[in-house]
Amino acid sequence: MNRLHCLLLAPLLLAAAAAAQTTAITGATVHTIGPQGTIEDATIIIEGGRIAAVGADIDIPAGATEVDATGKVVTPGLFSPLGQIGLSEVSAVEGTNDAAQSGSEFAAGFDVADAYNPRSIVVAISRIDGITRAALTPYPASVGDDGTGGGHVLSGLGSVVHLGTSPEFFVKRGAVVVANLGEQGSRVAGGSRAAAVQTLRAALDDALDYRENRAAYERGQWRDYRFSRADLSSLQAVLDGSAALLFNVNRASDISVVLGLAAEYDVRAIIAGGAEAWMVADHIAAAGVPVILDGINNLPGSFDQINARLDSASLLADARVTFAFGGSAQTHNARLLTQSAGIAVANGLSFDQALQAITLAPARIYGVDATVGSIEPGKDADLVIWPGDPLELTNYPDQVYIQGQAVTMQSRQTLLRDRYLQTDSDKPPAFRHPPSQR
Amino acid sequence: MRINRSLIVALLLAGALGGCAEERSDGAGAYASQYKPLPSEPVLLRGATVLTGTGERLDDAEVAMRDGRIVSVGTGLDAGDMDVVDASGMWITPGIIDVHSHLGAYPSPSVDAHSDGNEATDPNTAEVWVEHSVWPQDPGFVSALAGGVTSLQILPGSANLFGGRGVTLKNVPAQSVMEMKFPGAPYGLKMACGENPKRVYGSLARAPSTRMGNVAGYRAAFIAAADYRDSLTATADQEAPSRDLQLETLAGVLDGDILVHNHCYRADEMAVMLEIAKEFDYQITAFHHAVEAYKIADLLLENGTCAAIWADWYGFKMEAFDGIRENAAILDRADVCTIMHSDSEAGIQRLNQESAKVMGAAARVGIVIPPERAIRWITANAAKALGIAADVGTLEAGKMADVTVWDGNPFSVYTKAQKVYIDGALVYDRGNESVNPVTDFTLGTDARHGGAR
Repeated sequence: MNRLHCLLLAPLLLAAAAAAQTTAITGATVHTIGPQGTIEDATIIIEGGRIAAVGADIDIPAGATEVDATGKVVTPGLFSPLGQIGLSEVSAVEGTNDAAQSGSEFAAGFDVADAYNPRSIVVAISRIDGITRAALTPYPASVGDDGTGGGHVLSGLGSVVHLGTSPEFFVKRGAVVVANLGEQGSRVAGGSRAAAVQTLRAALDDALDYRENRAAYERGQWRDYRFSRADLSSLQAVLDGSAALLFNVNRASDISVVLGLAAEYDVRAIIAGGAEAWMVADHIAAAGVPVILDGINNLPGSFDQINARLDSASLLADARVTFAFGGSAQTHNARLLTQSAGIAVANGLSFDQALQAITLAPARIYGVDATVGSIEPGKDADLVIWPGDPLELTNYPDQVYIQGQAVTMQSRQTLLRDRYLQTDSDKPPAFRHPPSQR
Repeated sequence: MRINRSLIVALLLAGALGGCAEERSDGAGAYASQYKPLPSEPVLLRGATVLTGTGERLDDAEVAMRDGRIVSVGTGLDAGDMDVVDASGMWITPGIIDVHSHLGAYPSPSVDAHSDGNEATDPNTAEVWVEHSVWPQDPGFVSALAGGVTSLQILPGSANLFGGRGVTLKNVPAQSVMEMKFPGAPYGLKMACGENPKRVYGSLARAPSTRMGNVAGYRAAFIAAADYRDSLTATADQEAPSRDLQLETLAGVLDGDILVHNHCYRADEMAVMLEIAKEFDYQITAFHHAVEAYKIADLLLENGTCAAIWADWYGFKMEAFDGIRENAAILDRADVCTIMHSDSEAGIQRLNQESAKVMGAAARVGIVIPPERAIRWITANAAKALGIAADVGTLEAGKMADVTVWDGNPFSVYTKAQKVYIDGALVYDRGNESVNPVTDFTLGTDARHGGAR
């Protein structure tokens, strides 16, 4: 059977079987990231795609498939909170990038969901490295070479997907509306970050007005709005609290503006980037606003990041700010999540907080922590079995589970690797086929 | 030699002007390294795990430094008058070397006024020297130091077929680039194949706009360089040509004085570049990025060409589509001169971590790469590619005392560089901020480079 066919069909066949299958993972050190903390020599029971039980003295149900994980470490699946996994195959090939657009009809209302490609090479590459969930976040388009186009202050709706094969990919559509302030906002708002803030206010004001006068508007008996219907509809979720406004900001003063705006409009905010968040950490904590911190970028790449520092995470933790890692770690580089976490530990953060920042914290930030992010009974069985410390860069997952299904631990990269490891072959590489096809 | 009257007059006039044209064009003093090591004391580092860079690992060992040089590496060394530094529990390696950096030329902050890495106004700018774009106040130099980096090659970018001369620096921030230049290091020439040049110039409806246009460009340039070089050795009957900076640099490549550092991703393109090198009889010292080098390991070994690569970047361009983490492992196993480079102000701070990624990926497919072997990717092999292996890259008696002391196994994500010595001087000390450089740009900010508090 053609190898590619195998890759596509096998997981789908497994999907039906796995839903009914019970799996018991035994003998591992399990970082639950839940109230049970870290459990030695633990057993995890997976039933119907969910975690049925986890603990040190759990009875294994009859008929369960046992997975001996003695000496291994198990964590929840990793969560990539920013980026375009499944929306960008090759960054420099425009046709494969679907997370940015510069049309005039959609800003807040731009929805990337229908562009998600579960068969993207980036999905498979990311999931065998332990990433089981990802937030898809749109970003402002660049201005074209002819000077036209360019994105918007409000880039659009972000959604959460699982990286598995069961076809309900979307875990939460429209979880956030992405807003760009700071230097990036200035660029798309005509030259000042203040104009970006004004644009955002105008959008929220229109959305509020639309909420009160929707029927009249639909009948054509109301004033025009600056924003499209799609935009105004998307912002309703922000106003009613079911979606958050995710702000791409780094500079401390811009962060303060965000906190003020969020309070004024009574909306949920998330700070992404946050290079200078540490400088206003107490205010961020008091406002209950979470931060998606880059964790790797410690240089003043722009004047918005003059005070970036590598120990930001530990400073945020000290101030009791909720934070996740993401930024440098996104899309093709989503795998840098564990490196971001490890670097933070080297610079003062505790191991448990670091692991939480790439599992439960991002799940909480996106409001999906009821179903994922920690190893607790009732949650989806997104799990990773590691040969040792998950933050050490020498360790890669032995096996990943998404919603209880074992992921086929293969990607385009493993196929290339295996082909070129065969140096004893007398055939040119193009003629070297994997064992199942010989 | 026939004497003629006009020649005598010319010489007399030149003499009268107080410095004849020949002296100025010889210019031995201009742009030369003015680097001076910082003051140092004799130091004995004791009780550490030492990775020498020669493939050896010594446990519970010592490194002794005096007058800027390593005097001995081993066990049971006599301290004599040296300051003894207790390095128990620590690991000592040669100072880390990054062969591909744009620090200073594309510094932080990355603003237009600082965008000096690509003279993207012509596909052949072999005449420019990137050192003339290096801003020594780039905070990135200090973060790199905190990451254990003692020497680095700054290169022009890859917009051009010939980007210009690179420069090797000692990572000791100074007032001018001349004061950072690695003494005695040869120059490099940056070349680039593949997508970048043809995209940059093709979008301007200029040549090159295809890969075949790229190759025609290299060949035409080397033909002109060979002519120039031949005419420089002209007899007195023929006039020496006017000095041409572009051809001078290219001729330096043909003479073997200037080392070629060739940005090139795809296996088939690297093979073609090697053919061009064959046509004009020059050596490609290293392919940079070389994302597909694992496909042509034998070819690289045969040609004595190093591969300076990333651990795991892929998918950002078509030519990077086939990037795999096992690249360095497959190359190293085939005994290719394998180098881990950064091409990034963030990556340069953790070349040790990038190497660790490959060690782990390699182990999964049965290729065991111990620390004493992997360390060569960012020390000895890097020094070799920069033509400075006689001076640095290993911990051996007589070499410059460029030494990094780590608070653990350098391939652990939790490990940090604790002390960095360059020519025996303590240039960075994580435990004592008053030692550490802070560039002018950073004054007044709360940034902490490399996380040092």
